[in-house]
Amino acid sequence: MNTSLSWIKAYVPELNCTAKEYTDAMTLSGTKVEGYKAFDQYLEKIVVGRINTIEKHPNADKLVVCQVQIDEDGREIQIVTGAPNIKEGDKIPVVLEGGRVAGSHHDGMVEGGLKIKKGKLRGVESFGMMCSIEELGSDREMYPDAPEDGIYILSDNPEYKDAPLGKDAVEVLGLHDVNFEYEITSNRVDCFGVLGIAREAAATFGKKFIPPVVTDTGNSEKVEDYIRVDVQEPALCTRYTARVVKNIKLAPSPEWMQRRLASVGIRSINNIVDITNYVMEEYSQPMHAYDLDTIADQKIIVRKAEKGETFTTLDGQERTLDDTMLMICDGEKPIGLAGIMGGENSMITDSVTTMLFEAATFDSTNIRLTGKKLGMRTDAQAKFEKGLDPNTAMEAMNRACQLIEELGAGEVVGGAIDYYPVKKEPVVIPYDADKINALLGTDISEEDMIRYFEAIDLTVDREKKLVVVPTWRQDLERLVDLAEEVARFYGYDKIPMTLPESSATTGGLSEKMLMENRVRNAVEAYGFCEGMTFSFESPKVYDKLNLEADDILRKSIVISNPLGEDYSVMRTSAIGGMLTSLATNYNHRNKNVRLYELANVYFPKQLPLTELPDERVQLTLGMYGEGDFYDLKGVIEELFGKLGFSETAEYTPDAGKTFLHPGRQAKVSYQGTEVAYFGEVHPEVRKNYAVGERVYLAVIDLEKLFVLPKKTVKYIDVPKFPAIVRDISLMMKKDLLAGQIEAVIRKKGGKLVEGYELFDVYEGEQIKSGYKSLAYKIIFRAKDRTLTDEEVSGTMDKMIAALEEMGASLRK
Amino acid sequence: MKEKLSRIMEDAIQQIEESKQLDKLNEIRIAFLGKKGELTSVLKSMKDIAPEDRPKVGQMVNEARANIEMKLEEKKAAFEKKLLEEKLKSETLDVTLPGKKLASGHRHPNNITLEAVEDIFIGMGYRVVEGPEIEYDYYNFEALNIPANHPAKDEQDTFYITKDILLRTQTSSVQVHEMEKGKLPIRMIAPGRVFRSDEVDATHSPTFHQVEGLVIDKNITFADLKGTLQEFAIRLFGEGTKVKFRPHHFQFTEPSAEMDVSCFKCGGKGCRFCKGSGWVEILGCGLVHPHVLEMSGIDPEQYTGFAFGIGLERITLFKYEIDDMRLLYENDTRFLKQF
Repeated sequence: MNTSLSWIKAYVPELNCTAKEYTDAMTLSGTKVEGYKAFDQYLEKIVVGRINTIEKHPNADKLVVCQVQIDEDGREIQIVTGAPNIKEGDKIPVVLEGGRVAGSHHDGMVEGGLKIKKGKLRGVESFGMMCSIEELGSDREMYPDAPEDGIYILSDNPEYKDAPLGKDAVEVLGLHDVNFEYEITSNRVDCFGVLGIAREAAATFGKKFIPPVVTDTGNSEKVEDYIRVDVQEPALCTRYTARVVKNIKLAPSPEWMQRRLASVGIRSINNIVDITNYVMEEYSQPMHAYDLDTIADQKIIVRKAEKGETFTTLDGQERTLDDTMLMICDGEKPIGLAGIMGGENSMITDSVTTMLFEAATFDSTNIRLTGKKLGMRTDAQAKFEKGLDPNTAMEAMNRACQLIEELGAGEVVGGAIDYYPVKKEPVVIPYDADKINALLGTDISEEDMIRYFEAIDLTVDREKKLVVVPTWRQDLERLVDLAEEVARFYGYDKIPMTLPESSATTGGLSEKMLMENRVRNAVEAYGFCEGMTFSFESPKVYDKLNLEADDILRKSIVISNPLGEDYSVMRTSAIGGMLTSLATNYNHRNKNVRLYELANVYFPKQLPLTELPDERVQLTLGMYGEGDFYDLKGVIEELFGKLGFSETAEYTPDAGKTFLHPGRQAKVSYQGTEVAYFGEVHPEVRKNYAVGERVYLAVIDLEKLFVLPKKTVKYIDVPKFPAIVRDISLMMKKDLLAGQIEAVIRKKGGKLVEGYELFDVYEGEQIKSGYKSLAYKIIFRAKDRTLTDEEVSGTMDKMIAALEEMGASLRK
Repeated sequence: MKEKLSRIMEDAIQQIEESKQLDKLNEIRIAFLGKKGELTSVLKSMKDIAPEDRPKVGQMVNEARANIEMKLEEKKAAFEKKLLEEKLKSETLDVTLPGKKLASGHRHPNNITLEAVEDIFIGMGYRVVEGPEIEYDYYNFEALNIPANHPAKDEQDTFYITKDILLRTQTSSVQVHEMEKGKLPIRMIAPGRVFRSDEVDATHSPTFHQVEGLVIDKNITFADLKGTLQEFAIRLFGEGTKVKFRPHHFQFTEPSAEMDVSCFKCGGKGCRFCKGSGWVEILGCGLVHPHVLEMSGIDPEQYTGFAFGIGLERITLFKYEIDDMRLLYENDTRFLKQF
């Protein structure tokens, strides 16, 4: 929503403030001004001048030398110009030496404007410049009589031709004005009209609000002789008013009207269209004009469309309707899509002689849904969607007819059709100053509150302590709404600042959040940086990850109105996002990248959704560069330990993930529950993401992990007796796993084995192909005595025997 | 005899003093005190001395030996000290060479901001809670006083899964879950991810984060809302931060406001971050609408409350002077490692 300051002042004549003061005060009272543009911000020393003589330039064919009189006392300056459209005696805007214009004729506005200095053009001195409308920072929308190319001739315009020489031309042209842009909230339907904003401005600045005085209009004829109205859908059309104008004289509307419309971004068409737009801006009541001669049977019927019916709107588009859409029809056919757009078949053309004016109120939801279904969004529709006040319709109608008469655009037929079966009555709200103060934490007197109410045209019954709310303020329903009105005009800034003095509460993070923070700290210690990716994915990711057709990860929730296919399903895993992030880094040639994300993933309980899905947080780790499978495994082991899951986790080969290397992936179980998997990314998948190095991924289902029993930390005596250390070197087939060897060491070693450490893994020369060698350091210790060699050797023998049985032989 | 001894001693001391290196001291020790050394040979010749003189001569020999040994030790210590000094000198390091670090990772700037926000509210007794991101229409809209077909619903460009299930557009949905639990008073914040159908550009993202706040208790006022949020702003942005409350409209609060903070870059003078205004909008807030309380089974005659919603990215972008929101979701480590 936009208004110019001059338009507001038309209804609040006492208003006297700068653009900045207006912006600040209106914003603080609730009508947020988003920004403003002063039309004169770069205009300086521009006066009305008259060209006394024009002579040829001695050195240039396309230039002329003018003597321009710049005051009534006869002072002349010389100006050289190339403008094609001037003649002796023309009055023109002249910027004097040292002044400023907003821009240049061809390139438009220049930030800061352009300074005008005296200069020489082809050897002839020039002491200023005659201005085009563009140089004055405006355009032909606002000044339609300005020439397309050339100086703006003031004397060609009856409004300006008598302006005295030397007078401020910016003032003459009405350019000492400001255009404000507002952010109006959806509850303030009234402020989508200039009158609503003017009322707020008057209340904000404590000035009088003077709305237009709408006078009686119309000849002695009766509108009923021209048109009858039959509303068949009273629920969808709460009011329908209509009047008729005959002997229409289409013409351009006066400049003040064109300029006001232009100032809010509406293009002038002709007097009739401009009047409907003008009233819509003023009252926030859309109007429509039909060519009465095109209306069959002198009849308007408001009904729903038939399913599949087609209708061509005045933009020439054919629309296919359904049976929920409200139509304005004549005796034979539809002539308008109610509240959205009129029909091509009934629109005003240059040959119009008699027209029907319509100002109605329609059900906001119905209009909104119809617009949505048809993919339309018109100004009228935008207003109806907010829910207009039916009580405004007739006033707007009469205002339009008043303008018709005032502008001589036609002859208004007497009387008006007014279908309005259920009059909307004002809401009455009891007010209670104490309760309002209790809500706000203030101490505002009842008298002040009443003053605020009355300033915005609420009627106050002091006896009964009631506020009668005019129907245009649909947002005021109960006491809290009145509290906001009081707060707005008392000033939000004057309300004190206190802290709640009520009950004490204990705050803190949930157990899950505390655990998540521990996860972050643990993996960050290993060099992983936290990333964030979108929760949406492209279904194409499934193929990039080589997922099987029946992979559970493919069963994702589909968004019904996504932002394109790339964001169309809810992720079942963050690995797509992780691989994309790693690829981004790889593309940027970042070395040794480690990323993690704590990401929610979404598993439907069934598709399509009938209840909320299983939403769970997973930790995804991804890395390339330094570090391998075992580094990643080390991070997982350390993470589990840090979180309190310090029993030995079980690592099983082949997690069944098609996107991981078949021989380099592991499933991780903790106390029998599968909680994670990790491994090297399959070379094909890596290629799909265009990463040229080995990539490692881990996914840990934190919600599964967090619920498992944690080991409580208890102190164990620091050993008092010495340990005995034995090294063994074993040779075995490659497919025998270290985990199997270690299980034997633990089992056969029993209590005596304090720990063991794998210190060498070897494959290659000196070893049979298909075989490998593992070397362990085994630490024996008893809590209560010094072990003897015999004891240790006995245990070692049993251990070795069991290992040999498994296929591992001792290397000597 | 006595003269001989003092000559040996002087000779030894002179040699010690003139010696140039550690090895030489050993030679001197052997030459004078060794088995075949000069002083030893004096002892060996004791048998030629009259028995009554022997103790005296013995004593003199011992004194000479002690003297030489002392001198040797002194000289040795001097040599060692000098050697150590030379060694230390040769070991001097260039302290400006880079330190060796464990390359630890970095937290996402959004979460750094979130932790700061959480700390402030936890300190004021708020619990931190969560709610589902895929949500029922009822919690996201209807229970927040935004009924079906309300125009406010359109303003939020919602992603729908089904007619009744959507991606939450605001963390305000968590308010309803919290109120429904029926445990009063409530002081909570609910951080989380929200979704709106905005195309990705430098200032928009279809996914972003909010921190919802809700307080419900007896006698909660608009002044309490202002005071609480002022306290929050000062703790987050530093002493001297000013706040400004402007009237606004939200369906689920009345009166409603937006809060601006004085631009923490220019201190309110106006700069490119605050677009010259000196203020930066960071949150929307208001007193909980009585209808919202009623719908969740709370009696608005007994209880009042306030709610607020903070845009997390907004704060992160301003705090770190990040001018493109897309950087937050690209995960380039050259970006992430700066925080």
